[in-house]
Amino acid sequence: MSVPNLSIPPESAVGPAPPVALPAARRVRRGVALRGLLHTPSAVVGLAITAFWMLCAIFWPLFAPYSPDAQDFNALLAKPSLAHLFGTDQLGRDVLSRVLAGSREVLTLAPAATLLGLLGGTLVGLLTAYYGGWFDEIVMRVMDAIMAFPFIILGLLILAVMGPSTLNVILVIGFGYVPLTGRVVRAAALGVRDLDYISAARLRGASGLSIMLTEILPNITGPVIVEGTVRVGYAVFAVATLSFLGLGVPPPSPNWGAMINDTHIYIQVSPWIVLAPTLAIATLVVAINLVADGLRQAVRA
Amino acid sequence: MARFLARRLGLIALTLWLMSIAVFVITEVLPGNVAQTILGHSATPEAVAALQHQLGLDAPPPVLYVRWITGFVSGNWGDSPSLQTPISSLIPGRLFNSLVLAVAALIVIMPLSIAFGVLAALRQDRFVDRIISITGLSLMAVPEFVSGIILLSIFGIWLHWLPTSSVAAGGDPLTSPQYLVLPVLALGIVFFGYVARMMRASTIAVLGSAYTRTAMLKGLPLRLVLRRHVLRNALVPTITVVMSSIGYLVGGLVVVENLFSYPGIGGLLLTAGLSHDVPLLEDCVMIIAVIYMASNLAADLLYAYLNPQIRYSQA
Repeated sequence: MSVPNLSIPPESAVGPAPPVALPAARRVRRGVALRGLLHTPSAVVGLAITAFWMLCAIFWPLFAPYSPDAQDFNALLAKPSLAHLFGTDQLGRDVLSRVLAGSREVLTLAPAATLLGLLGGTLVGLLTAYYGGWFDEIVMRVMDAIMAFPFIILGLLILAVMGPSTLNVILVIGFGYVPLTGRVVRAAALGVRDLDYISAARLRGASGLSIMLTEILPNITGPVIVEGTVRVGYAVFAVATLSFLGLGVPPPSPNWGAMINDTHIYIQVSPWIVLAPTLAIATLVVAINLVADGLRQAVRA
Repeated sequence: MARFLARRLGLIALTLWLMSIAVFVITEVLPGNVAQTILGHSATPEAVAALQHQLGLDAPPPVLYVRWITGFVSGNWGDSPSLQTPISSLIPGRLFNSLVLAVAALIVIMPLSIAFGVLAALRQDRFVDRIISITGLSLMAVPEFVSGIILLSIFGIWLHWLPTSSVAAGGDPLTSPQYLVLPVLALGIVFFGYVARMMRASTIAVLGSAYTRTAMLKGLPLRLVLRRHVLRNALVPTITVVMSSIGYLVGGLVVVENLFSYPGIGGLLLTAGLSHDVPLLEDCVMIIAVIYMASNLAADLLYAYLNPQIRYSQA
């Protein structure tokens, strides 16, 4: 899957057709949008929590008191103490260390799957919006058919066949996102397709591909970025759910969903070992959604 | 109306047929086969091949497909290799349990989220609206098993109000409703955000319309305007949202049934997938697809009933 939009020229290279003031105006608008984001309290809270988990994902070996896989056979299902702040699990592993380390997997898989979905969806959305006609009709009907089927059932079926692995989880979630992202990109691209600067580019003799990538795409970055942020949140949701069902990355890698699946039968005896990964997922997904919501409002304003 | 219905039924039959081919093709690629599942991992390849032949499973794929789909349609579902029981004795009971869970979740969550959505719209951009919107946004971001664990910790372990396990194995969910409370809430809570959000947006749109202003200006009491003009019109887009999210509900069933060890079709499907039980997996997916299509059709009919504009234009 080599998609050529990595070589998009910077926005100053939009071409001779649009007025000269456009790039500067867009920069101002983007600045306003960013400031609007920082003025929404809920979005700031979301940003802070997301940043915390991102720091954990990168630097957890510095904070984690133990190795996430180290077993202490003298402390199975130990209660929270100074030695183990969130206790230990049924195999004597430090829960705090596993939760901190688990952030890396979810924050690698979810953005990777989102990126795949965004690339595929952008491609589908641009092509269907630009060419239209029966091509648009057929592609969108196929997308509708994929979307109609419950995602978890589809994921369950495919992962049961392909076997759970990091790559397969990314592929399933990423391809599952193509129809949704494609629809959003298509709607945004339809909005600019008939504007004057597109006709100007066409008169200039620019190719369809070049118009899509240098004229349409730079002008719909707002909706694409918002869609991407929303999708990251749902990708975390999907990664956690698949892991919880035993369809995620196989053990022993520390993984929040799998931790909950393995330990929820101990919830009566030691609720903290279940609650720690649960609250980790909850804070991360809620935080990303708050950022996405703030971004959506800032872009719209 | 009859043509509308006939067209929809034809489309559903076509979709189900295509789906059955997709399911069959996907599961045919599964590593391990039915004979392997019955005999276990330590069986010799010769023994597996012999049993495969004995079961008639070494026929070419098109023959296997026709045999499966005719058996499925005529209700002759065969045995589950991993559970060693007839599939037809497993699915109906499990399906009923899941429907109880799903319907209960909708009945509990829908009125609640519609009410809060209208409240948020009436207090637009005020404190109450922000609180409802952020709560809804947060709840719809959280996976079912996460909200399930949090509910379980609060009501089961901390307050001791509700049992922490689900229905006792083989028990009837209707005779012990207190076991149903937590699974129902965990399943439904994701919807609160979607529905309340949609209801808020469509209520705001209707509140700004000319006919609402006329109704207000001619002196109708607010409660009457809300019931007669606002609610009736704002509900239509909300029903569309609920309709399109039936798929999430089916996915949620798999998760919630796994968390609470609830004996439903979602749990059965997961067991089939994890143990590579191909016949059970295929039949479960097809049954879920049939139910899913039927509920979509029911939702479409309800939508057409509520909104006469689409009744003829789409027929």
